[in-house]
Amino acid sequence: MNWFMDLSNSKSVGLVIFFVTFVAIIIYVYGSKSRSERLESYRNIPFLDDDENETGTSSKEGEK
Amino acid sequence: MAHSAAAPMEQYNYDIVKKFALMTLFWGIAGMAAGTYIASELAWPFLNFDIAQITFGRLRPLHTSGVIFGFGGNALFATSFYVVQRTCQTRLWGGKLAEFIFWGWNGALVIAGLGYLMGVTQGREYAEPEWYVDLLILVVWVAYFLVYVMTLLRRSQPHIYVANWFYLAFILATALLHVFNNLAVPVSLFGIKSYSLFSGAQDAMTQWWYGHNAVGFFLTAAFLGMMYYFVPKQAGRPVYSYRLSIVHFWALSFMYMWVGTHHLHWTAIPDWTSSLAAAFSILLLMPSWGGMINGIMTLSGAWDKLRSDPIMMFLITSLSFYGMSTFEGPMMSLKSVNALSHYTDWTVGHVHSGALGWVAMVSFGSLYHMIPKLWNKKIYSEKLIYIHFFFATIGILLYITALWVSGIGQGLMLRAFDQYGNLKYSFIETVVFMHGPLVARAIAGMFFVAGILLMTYNIWKTITAGQEATAPETAPATA
Repeated sequence: MNWFMDLSNSKSVGLVIFFVTFVAIIIYVYGSKSRSERLESYRNIPFLDDDENETGTSSKEGEK
Repeated sequence: MAHSAAAPMEQYNYDIVKKFALMTLFWGIAGMAAGTYIASELAWPFLNFDIAQITFGRLRPLHTSGVIFGFGGNALFATSFYVVQRTCQTRLWGGKLAEFIFWGWNGALVIAGLGYLMGVTQGREYAEPEWYVDLLILVVWVAYFLVYVMTLLRRSQPHIYVANWFYLAFILATALLHVFNNLAVPVSLFGIKSYSLFSGAQDAMTQWWYGHNAVGFFLTAAFLGMMYYFVPKQAGRPVYSYRLSIVHFWALSFMYMWVGTHHLHWTAIPDWTSSLAAAFSILLLMPSWGGMINGIMTLSGAWDKLRSDPIMMFLITSLSFYGMSTFEGPMMSLKSVNALSHYTDWTVGHVHSGALGWVAMVSFGSLYHMIPKLWNKKIYSEKLIYIHFFFATIGILLYITALWVSGIGQGLMLRAFDQYGNLKYSFIETVVFMHGPLVARAIAGMFFVAGILLMTYNIWKTITAGQEATAPETAPATA
């Protein structure tokens, strides 16, 4: 524990923390087939708004 | 697939997007014209006319602020407000507050710009405005954060699309950078002069922590948000890999924060900070190229659009320049390369391959896609977009190659020794050598400005005389 608290070891501690976090993100993103399919399905979000939405309104109109 | 719960007649606030889009063009012309003028001053010094307000030192911050915060900033406000509404399928939160952001941001730029001409500056690169403008920008930025987050919170779409992640990272990081870099004490309550809280090497490191992250989050992350929406929309195909975009986001966000010190190689800063910055700069190549490949591969199966669609030409060329400048940057961050390149025009050329090739080109492509939709019009002239594309591309290529010649030649001459160990060239000999490339650079700037003038004409005609658009939007290719 003292080793972790020593400021001169902060660079090594930082390296371990960030590397583990990065590996965790990679495992999360690529580690499961069903999760991969769900994540890839989000690709289509830009196409979900249809043509009727093309015409906007002024800021004074339609404020919810 | 997550399904949208959006009502089919969901209405968006396009008024504010239109204002920012038009202001993008205004600042683009002003900032790029100022840049071309000072480039011309370097080639033909008589253009100073002995008028202090138009000398290089006064106009240079006007140019950088005009293009980065005027052109780039307004483009980001416009596209982020457009993208967040359309990907969340909800109306922008805070109509009046969004108006305040528009007037506050552009007002701050005008106050800062007039100050530069009068010699008012705190001398921090890309953060020249004095404390009172910094405070105004801070208020505007908090309002921007609020509008963006509140819009995200009331989204109809359960998932937040990745473009919004990039925009949000840009908003958060810019807030952090702006506050800490501008910590200063005014000389008096009503005085315009202030002094930084930092000094010496710490001040230099703070400035380049800010400076490079302004490149990383303002000029890269935010424009990647733009790319992740407009490239798929224009291509009519979803992004190549959503999972890659997630890894791209986290890796880029994490790594950029560490690299600023590569601007300070061979100076009084601790050597390990310099080496750390160089190491992270090299690592940064991977997420940068991952993002570039993700963007370019979105066109997979529809490569013919590169011949037939000038907007797609802008977008894909911008990604190519992004890839090139994110290769050149890490290379220049190596201490040995930096010993040659630093303090030369090579650095200026590198910045412009990113700023013109990546930032401006992706903005042009996005605006050409977005503006007809905002006004529900067809583009006035596709041919003018082609011409603009070639003007811009010729301008950039001429600019970069001219400054490679100028910068590398200058660097080699400045460190050449004769047989007795004395400097081989005097400073003025390097200036004489650079004259030709500097003339070419000024001409390159003229090409680029001519391009944005054509664009402005095309957009103006689209808005005022364009035909109503009736054709349905391109359907996405199924994944």
